[in-house]
Amino acid sequence: MKYIVAIIQPGKLEAVHDALLEIGVTGLTTSEVQGYGRQKGKSEIYRGAEYVVNFLPKVKVEVAVPAKIAEKVAAAIKSCTATGKIGDGKIFTFELAEAMRIRTGETGADAL
Amino acid sequence: MMTTSYKYALPVLAASLIASPAFAQEVPEHGVFILNSLLFLMAGFLVMFMACGFCMLEAGLVRAKNTTMQLTKNVALFSIAAVGYYLIGYNLMYPLGSWSIEGVLSGVFPSVAILEAVGISADQADDLSYATTGSDFFFQLMFCAATASIVSGTLAERIKLWPFLLFTLILTAFIYPLQASWKWGGGFLDEMGFLDFAGSTVVHSVGGWAALAGALILGPRLGKYKDGRVNPMPGANLPLATLGTFILWLGWFGFNGGSQLAMGTIGDVADISRIFANTNAAAAGGSIVALILTQLMYGKVDLTMVLNGALAGLVSITAEPLTPTLGVATLIGGVGGLIVVFAVPMLDKMQIDDVVGAIPVHLIAGIWGTLAVPLTNGDANFGTQIISIAIVGAFTFVVSGIVWILIKMVLGIRVSEDEEIAGLDSAELGMDSYPEFTR
Repeated sequence: MKYIVAIIQPGKLEAVHDALLEIGVTGLTTSEVQGYGRQKGKSEIYRGAEYVVNFLPKVKVEVAVPAKIAEKVAAAIKSCTATGKIGDGKIFTFELAEAMRIRTGETGADAL
Repeated sequence: MMTTSYKYALPVLAASLIASPAFAQEVPEHGVFILNSLLFLMAGFLVMFMACGFCMLEAGLVRAKNTTMQLTKNVALFSIAAVGYYLIGYNLMYPLGSWSIEGVLSGVFPSVAILEAVGISADQADDLSYATTGSDFFFQLMFCAATASIVSGTLAERIKLWPFLLFTLILTAFIYPLQASWKWGGGFLDEMGFLDFAGSTVVHSVGGWAALAGALILGPRLGKYKDGRVNPMPGANLPLATLGTFILWLGWFGFNGGSQLAMGTIGDVADISRIFANTNAAAAGGSIVALILTQLMYGKVDLTMVLNGALAGLVSITAEPLTPTLGVATLIGGVGGLIVVFAVPMLDKMQIDDVVGAIPVHLIAGIWGTLAVPLTNGDANFGTQIISIAIVGAFTFVVSGIVWILIKMVLGIRVSEDEEIAGLDSAELGMDSYPEFTR
């Protein structure tokens, strides 16, 4: 099993959701997060004075998937979020040691 | 049912109008008294709603952690103004010709405001040629409260509640009414020929001067100016700030329109109508200039400046909303918008921290509006306007400064650093404006 965390632009969540549904991902978790990468934050002007916004709003998508479709999932997320501009985000893939469905007590891939 | 009864009522009403020759030509004497009082009551509740406008504007432009405090200050100051103005303010402001120092200090000071008795007849009215004392008191009180509202925005996010309210009491009972008596009470500024129709100077710049004195003595918010740099602290809720601005814009029709002080003749009603339209035009002018200038100067429009621009336009037209044409009113308001866009960063450069921009909007645009009166009103002259601005400004700034310093010495006016960082909502009140957000 793999655990995939994608940090994406806030406007891309719907596209990611649709793409993952299509390749059979059965569930996902999202949260609103703030952060920056190589491009750092951005500067804005409020009432005539410039200030730096260090942490930009992003959406974090987390999915646990069977190892055999992990690459497909990452590629699907990439294909619907890439614009070629800075700030598109990142995808991290982790080994997933264990999973359990709380309602039934099923474990491993059965719990996904 | 309603339609049927109107069908009968309208011809009857029309017939009675035709049958009454006095009404057909002009409003009878008692009609003038009634219409004037009605003007004061309607304009008065419009100006009352400006208290809500100030409250929403300020609640939107402070950070979320200071919202409950800003709301509390606004409802409290409005209430305290009602007491201060009742106790001594009203009679201090309107000596009705009885001076203890000629043209300077009311002869009916100190004494509380007293209204006409219940159910009076015409011969028992205080002034049958004018309006009821109750409507006059109500209308004028709202102006006094507006002056106090101006102060609270500038000093937001760092001032303690009770010392601020003590200042409000002194401002509304003494400082505002005393200087207002010099013009609107028939005092020496009025004698000199100073013109200030609805109070660019008497109300707005007075609030601005009191706020400026407070801001200098209170100091800027923690971290606002660091190493010579300005560190903006964006407001938490721009929908509220925009709502507040529109409410103020609406209330201003009462502020300026009611200041015609009469609605019993064709001329008065026509003048009030001009004033409404000119007031709206000036707000539009101020808003448009701020819109264009912030786009040109910063590459993006700054909504908070556009809101301030509309308000500065309103303040600019307040000294003379009657005589300009619609075009000139738009231009006078436009200059107000220009003032805001340049004065906000200028104050920051001087490290005077004005959270909502009340000093550019009310003080500086107030001075501009007062200076603009002679442009369209031949009865005014620049010299008298300038001298009057200076006298009112010096008096308000010095007396407010002394009061702020005394309150600072006796009670302290500023919360501790830790309290300021935590936010006044939890430090001073123990009550968040949106408690669900953090639980």
